[in-house]
Amino acid sequence: MNPQAQISEIVKQVAKKPLPPDPEESLFDSGVLDSFALPDLVSRLEKEFGISIPDADLAPRKFESLARIEAYLESRR
Amino acid sequence: METTEEWIRNVSGIEERRYAAEEETVAALAVSAGQDCLQRCGVAPGQVRLLLVASGSAERRFPGPAASVAAALGLGETPALDVPLASAGSLFALALGAQLCDAYGTVLVVAAEKMSSAVQLDATNRGTAMLFGDGAGAALLSAAGGIARVVSSVLHSDGAYAEDLRLEFGKPLEMNGRSVILQASRKVPRAIEELLSAAGRAPAEIACFLMHQANQHLIVRIAEALAVPPERFFSNIHLYGNTSSASLLIAAREWSDAHGFRHGEPVVFAAFGAGFHWGALLAEGC
Repeated sequence: MNPQAQISEIVKQVAKKPLPPDPEESLFDSGVLDSFALPDLVSRLEKEFGISIPDADLAPRKFESLARIEAYLESRR
Repeated sequence: METTEEWIRNVSGIEERRYAAEEETVAALAVSAGQDCLQRCGVAPGQVRLLLVASGSAERRFPGPAASVAAALGLGETPALDVPLASAGSLFALALGAQLCDAYGTVLVVAAEKMSSAVQLDATNRGTAMLFGDGAGAALLSAAGGIARVVSSVLHSDGAYAEDLRLEFGKPLEMNGRSVILQASRKVPRAIEELLSAAGRAPAEIACFLMHQANQHLIVRIAEALAVPPERFFSNIHLYGNTSSASLLIAAREWSDAHGFRHGEPVVFAAFGAGFHWGALLAEGC
């Protein structure tokens, strides 16, 4: 599974909702994620991608959309 | 505001909250709590050697409420210090006050908030207006003993997210709820683990966790992160909403009245708030 598909799958599992068609669309504004799902999403990303996300990187905007999550994870490679 | 009781209960666990009268000040709320605490402890104002007053919602830049509270309580020229940290203020005051007992003697810690003044400036913002309430609590710290002893504490601050939760004079409260929840849900369990690990204790051994009452979902999330049943976390947020720094001491008083500190039983206090400031404190029943 490529990273993009892997991220989509993780978000879908955490949110238990269908994803927006546009990867740039806000997962919060579209109602896919709420504030309390965000910590779960971050934990799942850490587990599935084998990384530790430092508190300094925990700005919600980095996890705002599928595209931003992908860009963040890419920056961690 | 476009919202329903059900929505408020679902997102926060809040069912009721209290607002002080328009003319009541933060200092007036603090004096009530301080007097009640001294009476319950059977301690005369003259025996208090240091007063710490936590509040993030005081009406003016200076002097803060501590000096007025000391005067109203009849503390004479006893030093009185403001701790304007908002939600984590009472935890910081308890932790530092416990260490200052050796130097000063009996320390009175009071936390009082009139959050209604802040949220009413943006009364239709459902992200903040329904969350906050007014209240005050107090605790007396003494090297001479009492119902519990402070074993140890850990305190942390990180100003990187200072803009994410702030209250400026004459302006409504600004809160990036996502950031607060994301940081708190990771930092608070870590602080508790740090505290307990240093004390050689495990979360499962703790009789009760007394948290700053910010949001019921956050309390449950922190319990889950520590693998502790949520019932072990005292909660009264449904009655008072988020009373910022006052919530921890109100929770402590209500839990103590209902359950009581029992000899040797460990209790953890924890808080997280604007700054961000956060930490945890281990106490043990005497």
